[in-house]
Amino acid sequence: MIPAGFDYVRAGSAEEALAALVEHGDDAKLLAGGMSLLPLMKLRLAVPTVLVDVGRLTDLTYVRDGGDHLAIGALTRHRDLETSELLARECGVLRAVAAEVGDNQVRHRGTLGGSVAHGDPASDLPAVLLALDATFVARGPSGERQLGAADFFTGFLETALAPDELLTEIRVPKAGADGFAYEKFNRRAQDWAIVGALAATFDGTTRVALVSMGATPLRARGVEEALAAGASASDAAGRAAEGTEPSADVNATAEYREHLARVLTRRALESAVA
Amino acid sequence: MMPAMQISMTVNGTACTHDVEPRTLLVQFLREACGLTGTKVGCDTSSCGACTVLVDGESVKSCTMLGAQADCAAVTTIEGLGAAGWHPVQQAFHEKHGLQCGFCTAGMVMAAVSFLEENPEPTERDVRLGLEGNLCRCTGYHNIVVAVLSAADAMKAAK
Ligand SMILES: Cc1cc2nc3c(=O)[nH]c(=O)nc-3n(C[C@H](O)[C@H](O)[C@H](O)COP(=O)(O)OP(=O)(O)OC[C@H]3O[C@@H](n4cnc5c(N)ncnc54)[C@H](O)[C@@H]3O)c2cc1C
Ligand code: FES
Ligand code: FES
Repeated sequence: MIPAGFDYVRAGSAEEALAALVEHGDDAKLLAGGMSLLPLMKLRLAVPTVLVDVGRLTDLTYVRDGGDHLAIGALTRHRDLETSELLARECGVLRAVAAEVGDNQVRHRGTLGGSVAHGDPASDLPAVLLALDATFVARGPSGERQLGAADFFTGFLETALAPDELLTEIRVPKAGADGFAYEKFNRRAQDWAIVGALAATFDGTTRVALVSMGATPLRARGVEEALAAGASASDAAGRAAEGTEPSADVNATAEYREHLARVLTRRALESAVA
Repeated sequence: MMPAMQISMTVNGTACTHDVEPRTLLVQFLREACGLTGTKVGCDTSSCGACTVLVDGESVKSCTMLGAQADCAAVTTIEGLGAAGWHPVQQAFHEKHGLQCGFCTAGMVMAAVSFLEENPEPTERDVRLGLEGNLCRCTGYHNIVVAVLSAADAMKAAK
């Protein structure tokens, strides 16, 4: 399977990438690691006529201490996250979940920014960023803006990013080295989660986020409320499927996904707190 | 047809330059433009790892990367590994019978080389997780895992 033909533009800087997006309009698409976009193009589910390759913008590849937060360049690969000591110390949950994405080959190429911009509810890292209330920094023709994670994931494969914007940085709080657990349920090790549940405790509250339980990554607000009111992990986890709209597919029915959400949330809560 | 673009990379230590369409996948560039057919296409959907090669020393699935993304990079395929006598991973696959039909083997060996570079002292579990992106329909994986562990020992002893 070979993608439909396209023109290829390699951006040497963020400015060049933005200029190419303005020049080519809706026909253009950014290419980072290509781990989500190229499979879609090979299936001809995506048919951009211009690809703007930002894969070599090494100045957007970093994990930095930003004082009260960590700043991560959008082009930072999953592999870089997995091996970052700063991340392990200051935001262990993001490091640990990055190591759960796909397989080594995928993690050598895929980027955090690509995973965020793709907006796939089956992706692991967007759920972590939602739980962490991350901030996304985007640059467009009219300058830079910041977007909160709560308003970012707007639909299936849809985000609040405009087509002419480049995601440049992801900011996460210093949530500490531990106090989290991610339960990912799949059938083959390299696959996406059929359902995933994340529990992370920091700043005195426990946050719970779900993967593959609707069109976007979701916060399990019912569980969070129950925990805040003093419920046990297992009672709180009983509310994990509240407000979700899981799809049915070859892997699972919607009812089975709801069941998984409750079970995985309970397990995640029990190991995050233990 | 889109106009061709010139792509140059070092493949197994030799400079290779070809004019290809931008949509040319790295695996096509290697097999069709460079004539190196050791790298296999299994699933063509980034699932099986048969097409694994090293780009600047790291394993990638060459069916899910454009040739253009590897422009100026150093690529190693299975042909390049054995150029100066067998690599310890190849030796171990031979000795431990880590293959049957052999279709997954080039990708499996390249994935193992990259994995051992990153994890020189793996446990059995590390090896199984480290090769999760590579499928084998014949062996049941047992001898592949034994071979990779044996290669790790051999490489450590050689240091
Ligand atoms: C075999 C396989 C298994 C996988 N398993 C998992 C898994 O278990 N869990 C998981 O979460 N993911 C998984 N993935 C997906 C992987 O995480 C991708 O790396 C990630 O989703 C996309 O990152 P990328 O850099 O490859 O983006 P690309 O594919 O290059 O781009 C994806 C989309 O984001 C846009 N984009 C990219 N960068 C930017 C930017 N800086 N600003 C604005 N837009 C941008 C592109 O235009 C495109 O629309 C898997 C992929 C494969 C091939
Ligand atoms: S052929 Fe590339 S992963 Fe199967
Ligand atoms: S040896 Fe036949 S697929 Fe692995």
